[in-house]
Amino acid sequence: MHVQNIHIKNGRLIDPKNGVDQPLDLYLADGRIAGAGSAPEGFVAQRTIDAAGQIVCPGLVDLSTRLGGIESELAAAVAGGVTALACPPDTNPPLDEPGLVERLVRRSETLGLARVYPIGALTRQLAGEKLAEMSNLARAGCLAFSQAKHPIADTQVLLRAMQYAATFGYAIRLQPQDHNLARDGVAHDGEVASRLGLTGIPVCAETVAITTALQLARETGARLHLARLSSAAGVALVREARRAGVPVTCDVAIHHLHLSEMDIGYFDSRARFDPPLRSAADRDALRAAAAEGLAAVCSDHTPLDDDGKQLPFGEALPGATGLELLLPLTLKWALESKLPLLSALARITCDPAAILGIDAGTLAVGSPADVCIFDPTEPWCVTAKALRSQGKNTPFLGYEMAGRVRATIMGGRLVFEV
Amino acid sequence: MPLTDLPDAEAQCAELAELLRPHLQPNMALVGIHSGGAWIARRLRELLGTAIFPDEIGLIDVSFYRDDFGEKGLHPQIKPTSIPFDIEGRPLLLVDDVLYTGRTTRAAINELFDYGRPASIQLAVLADRGGRELPICAQFCTWQIDLDAKEELILEPDAAGRLQWRLSQHA
Amino acid sequence: MRNPQLNANGELNHLLSIDGLPREVLTHILDTASNFLEVSDRDVKKVPLLRGKSVFNLFFENSTRTRTTFEIAAKRLSADVINLDVTRSSTTKGETLLDTVDNLVAMHADMFVVRHASSGAPYLITEHLHRVGRDDVHVVNAGDGRHAHPTQGLLDMYTIRHYKKDFSNLTVAIVGDILHSRVARSDIHALSTLGAGEVRAVGPQTLLPTAVEKMGVRVFHDLREGVRDCDVVIMLRLQNERMNGALLPSAGEYFNCYGLTPEILVLAKPDAIVMHPGPMNRGVEIDSAVADGPQAVILPQVTFGIAVRMAVMSILAGN
Repeated sequence: MHVQNIHIKNGRLIDPKNGVDQPLDLYLADGRIAGAGSAPEGFVAQRTIDAAGQIVCPGLVDLSTRLGGIESELAAAVAGGVTALACPPDTNPPLDEPGLVERLVRRSETLGLARVYPIGALTRQLAGEKLAEMSNLARAGCLAFSQAKHPIADTQVLLRAMQYAATFGYAIRLQPQDHNLARDGVAHDGEVASRLGLTGIPVCAETVAITTALQLARETGARLHLARLSSAAGVALVREARRAGVPVTCDVAIHHLHLSEMDIGYFDSRARFDPPLRSAADRDALRAAAAEGLAAVCSDHTPLDDDGKQLPFGEALPGATGLELLLPLTLKWALESKLPLLSALARITCDPAAILGIDAGTLAVGSPADVCIFDPTEPWCVTAKALRSQGKNTPFLGYEMAGRVRATIMGGRLVFEV
Repeated sequence: MPLTDLPDAEAQCAELAELLRPHLQPNMALVGIHSGGAWIARRLRELLGTAIFPDEIGLIDVSFYRDDFGEKGLHPQIKPTSIPFDIEGRPLLLVDDVLYTGRTTRAAINELFDYGRPASIQLAVLADRGGRELPICAQFCTWQIDLDAKEELILEPDAAGRLQWRLSQHA
Repeated sequence: MRNPQLNANGELNHLLSIDGLPREVLTHILDTASNFLEVSDRDVKKVPLLRGKSVFNLFFENSTRTRTTFEIAAKRLSADVINLDVTRSSTTKGETLLDTVDNLVAMHADMFVVRHASSGAPYLITEHLHRVGRDDVHVVNAGDGRHAHPTQGLLDMYTIRHYKKDFSNLTVAIVGDILHSRVARSDIHALSTLGAGEVRAVGPQTLLPTAVEKMGVRVFHDLREGVRDCDVVIMLRLQNERMNGALLPSAGEYFNCYGLTPEILVLAKPDAIVMHPGPMNRGVEIDSAVADGPQAVILPQVTFGIAVRMAVMSILAGN
């Protein structure tokens, strides 16, 4: 794949960052957006794509993708229309060494499919005790720092980590879950877990952690992002903090916008998530938060093989494959919530780009030519064969989705086409 | 066969009692197979007297010994088996309403042997409709009749409690 | 959602949980069980129903009691019983639960009796059997984590029916560590399905599951109030091995607050029965005077347990 002058014609252009939603042709040259509507002067198309009946939007930006087998997962990313993704530090070994980060960045650049932005470890080995070399990691390419799903049990360590990050203006992401309140829990502490005899994780595990994190962020001035909210109470705390002027951002995983504890059914381990799927009321609150733009939406892509899921519910590994479902599930949410596509797509393009602080998720002239072209109504069945990711673990296996990516362009290169 | 042509079952019980009378042995015990055999055994005890059959009659449900468990599973309504006397060394009179393939009798015999070792077992039935699939025969029988495989011969009490026959067709 | 316990004809193919089973299925099991009681009174305590069938006891969690009653029940049905002490076998070498199941199916297992520490483990097994086209192999859940112990629930119901006949007027109190108890959950579902008048859950808040009222019980924190005018009192064992947090200060304090003593029992109806799934912790949840007293039916529960398990296994094998 090489950089080409591409003319995308007859499509419906949706660029949430710039409030555009109308039929407009798009022109790409030298790896950048060259123009919209009419061809820029002297533009000669080397490739023309007819996007009649399709939507042309910025390449999707995913706040959290676990890469596992990097080649297959990046192929899955572009098949899902994702051109930029942030990779959490809980790789094996964790991203707490600049060398590991550099290797990851180089490898992805060589593959040239989607842009990979590593999130560095906040503490060494993610153990929650000693600070990681944040500055060196940032130099190697880390955009922010996090503990992924590992707790920092010692609040003083958390305070110091925030102070240190604030020194350099680095952003910190935390998945708010109090280690002790969540201990041994595998499902939402509610009606379903009680009936099924599963150890519950109470909502207060999330709210206590959010409150602590917000307080410490206020004290230290650290830039805080709360990852994977799961409860109505959690959302309420973030909303309140934002109203009070605290510059905190947050996201929800796409699965949590659709599923609840009821989807565990007869102990279906594909419905095992971290944080857990909570009640229908919690899910509705997450939907509202995403609708109003309080929360961005991410895939939380976690590819797992059968070994991780063919286990009793409490022993199975949490997480689902998500890169190829991010778009259709966002469209489904938008349809069900009667949300305009302009807003829904913002949650997976310009909003996450703003959180990451990268030049992505926009089709403004001069921006990198990262484009997703999709058919919003084309149905496809979620089968193991249809998924390019090595992770076939999804509660939506066998379901029919509406919304299929027809082409993905990254940096002016056609990296995926049906 | 129209209903009016079926014999009077109560009369047949009396006839069966008279067939048995010369062949009764000391210490003989009655065992009836649910449900028809149980009713008939009760009648026999009434007719022949409690002096001859001082013990309560034994009642057997063969559900746990049938050979068609694998195809048909457990019968939805199993009646209790109760043998209120010691089988060991006793001559038994096994009573049933209809003798057909012989499989029910085989099951009953197996069940009785799990209770002990009888001195002997003789079979008394009201009706023998042929169609044997096992080498089983009745020592005492009041009525021989040939029936089609689709037909079923049923003994049941009427509203007043009198035993009567009914002929029914399978699908 | 297809109930994995029932086959296409709505008949019982596996016994995994009482939750979701229609009333008729439960009463059919109880009715069949009474016939099997009589078998245990004979000289030859056997019927040939499961002759030639192989029943594998797959116990991933230690339990000599439950395993023994299942073994006795299977043998009284003339089945061949193989006990797999899985804690000591290939699973410690890393063989997965489903690999173990596949191996046993290849050895012509007809029925699995499974006890596992993880809630839902038997469902994983039946899903797998369905996927590989072996719905003819039946699974009986002998206890999975905190979720269910359906044969215990059934034998508890048999016991109650034996002494009290009609469920609709009964007030039943379940006392103790309900949070960790699969027996409690099974009893609650069974009583609810069979139409019990009132089911009470009695215990401190630390031992009650979240939203337990949604299972159809009335919550009491005071033992005296919970037991008052009850027809049946089911005492649960205080499960030391399941408690891994600071849920109770001490066994002694627990006995003072929630132990069933004669003084408490007197508050129940005069003909109330006292049940316990066993094994009992005397002096912790139950006073010896009550355990050995005339209202306790704990030993009959054991006898009924064998008949109930024979009924379950025969019904499954015949479907």
